[in-house]
Amino acid sequence: MEQDRYIIRIEGLTKRFGEFTVLDELDLNLEQDKVNIIIGRSGGGKSVLMKHIIGLLKPDRGRILVRNRDIVPMSEREMAQVRRDFGMLFQEAALFDSLSVEENVAFPLHEHTSKSYKEIMSIVQDQLAGVGLQGMGTKMPAELSGGMRKRVGLARALIMEPKIVLFDEPTSGLDPVVGATINDLILRTKEEFGATCIVISHDISATMKIADNIFMLYQGKIIAQGSPEEIRESSDPVVRQFIKGEARGPIQIN
Amino acid sequence: MKNFFGWLGHNFLMFLQELGRMMLLFVQAFLWLFRPPFRVRLFFKQMEFIGVNSLFVVGLTSLFTGMVLALQTYHAFRMFGAETLVGATVALSMTRELGPVITGLMVAGRAGSAICAEIGTMRVTEQIDALTVMAINPVQYLVMPRVLAGFIMLPLLTIISDVLGIFGGYLVGVQILDIHGGMFMNRIYEYVELADVYNGLVKASVFGGILTLVSCYHGFYTSGGAEGVGRATTQAVVMSCVLILVSDYFLTALMF
Ligand SMILES: Nc1ncnc2c1ncn2[C@@H]1O[C@H](COP(=O)(O)OP(=O)(O)OP(=O)(O)O)[C@@H](O)[C@H]1O
Ligand SMILES: [Mg+2]
Repeated sequence: MEQDRYIIRIEGLTKRFGEFTVLDELDLNLEQDKVNIIIGRSGGGKSVLMKHIIGLLKPDRGRILVRNRDIVPMSEREMAQVRRDFGMLFQEAALFDSLSVEENVAFPLHEHTSKSYKEIMSIVQDQLAGVGLQGMGTKMPAELSGGMRKRVGLARALIMEPKIVLFDEPTSGLDPVVGATINDLILRTKEEFGATCIVISHDISATMKIADNIFMLYQGKIIAQGSPEEIRESSDPVVRQFIKGEARGPIQIN
Repeated sequence: MKNFFGWLGHNFLMFLQELGRMMLLFVQAFLWLFRPPFRVRLFFKQMEFIGVNSLFVVGLTSLFTGMVLALQTYHAFRMFGAETLVGATVALSMTRELGPVITGLMVAGRAGSAICAEIGTMRVTEQIDALTVMAINPVQYLVMPRVLAGFIMLPLLTIISDVLGIFGGYLVGVQILDIHGGMFMNRIYEYVELADVYNGLVKASVFGGILTLVSCYHGFYTSGGAEGVGRATTQAVVMSCVLILVSDYFLTALMF
């Protein structure tokens, strides 16, 4: 029972780049059908952690269990099967710049479904409207602003209605109104198609609003976790400094 | 002195390692050839990019190569009154050697660099990761169509190159230097065998495979942002050209 609560379990994950340890014996359990938000310092290894969850990076040590299956020793072909359940928004959107906005969003549908061109286009238009980009379908990624690219990336990540969605800073670089729309979209993703959302965010106030669980990554470990209330009441000085955004405290910028 | 040999040995080992990794990429791409989905549209796009779009440079350089060959050999042959052999010399050189090599080098410079820069940019902007995340194998999507297109298009380009080279030789030999046109052509028929042409085309295929593979490889393993892409592109072109010329020697030794 206890095991089924957690769709992703990470045990003792260690990752080094050369001499530099980014993740250090990290343990993390992510709850199914919830919005799990990871916060932490810039350069702290959040994106690296996310890339481990989807198998883009292999750990030096540790286990990563997705639905109780360890993905670390898996072959690329087995991984491809696991990844069909996933959607991911990259920090820099990672749109295919040789394809138009429409083609980018339609890409997974063309690849993995046998839907007709017309069906796909209507799904794509709906999806683009959902992120506030109706009528932008024929533009090329290079013609878009950073925030618009991010939203196209979001539309693409969600188009297959994945069961697990990874969002790497979905709202950074967006104006507050669009940011709020995207936060609503994340909540809707969870509620409407019952997806597990894993979000990296620097936006503390939005995190407090939409998260079910918050995890704080610091010095390669999860140092605090809990509901927004628990995190807000945390007595850990690092967490307190981080969520209050204060310059003074145990976190040193060097 | 010891340092020098150390350096040489180190670099040679690095080179071997690189060749090994390249072969691994090749094997992966090769295996994807037989596994669906077959990417016909991408393949045709690459055939157009590598083949059709190179027509002009390959044609132009081949034409002038044929012309200069005629000019050079004419003066040598005139010393012992064998001017009519100019045609056969040009034709043999073009079909056996220069046609495939010029085509290979020109396509490496034109399409190989572009392939490397494109794939390299996709790497550093995480587009290759995005493909992987969407459960699409990037080797199958990016590498396989390009290598196959290179393998098929280079021989076709080489045919054009052969024809234009010989035509250039004819222009200079017959039109400018006044060799007898009939004799010029006759000697070509006499000395050039179909096997010369075929073997040249086999070479071209190998060159096409090499230059696309090397370019894809360097693009695929690019790191370090825009600067990295630039570095990878240079390496791709240099290594393609070197490997084309080196393999040319061995292929020639094997075939003729
Ligand atoms: N491919 C790589 N090679 C070497 N070092 C890397 C690589 N990827 C990440 N790093 C290092 O790992 C650390 C964590 O990077 P990461 O991108 O995960 O940070 P982050 O928490 O996502 O930061 P941000 O909030 O700014 O996006 C950084 O110090 C970075 O230099
Ligand atoms: Mg990041």
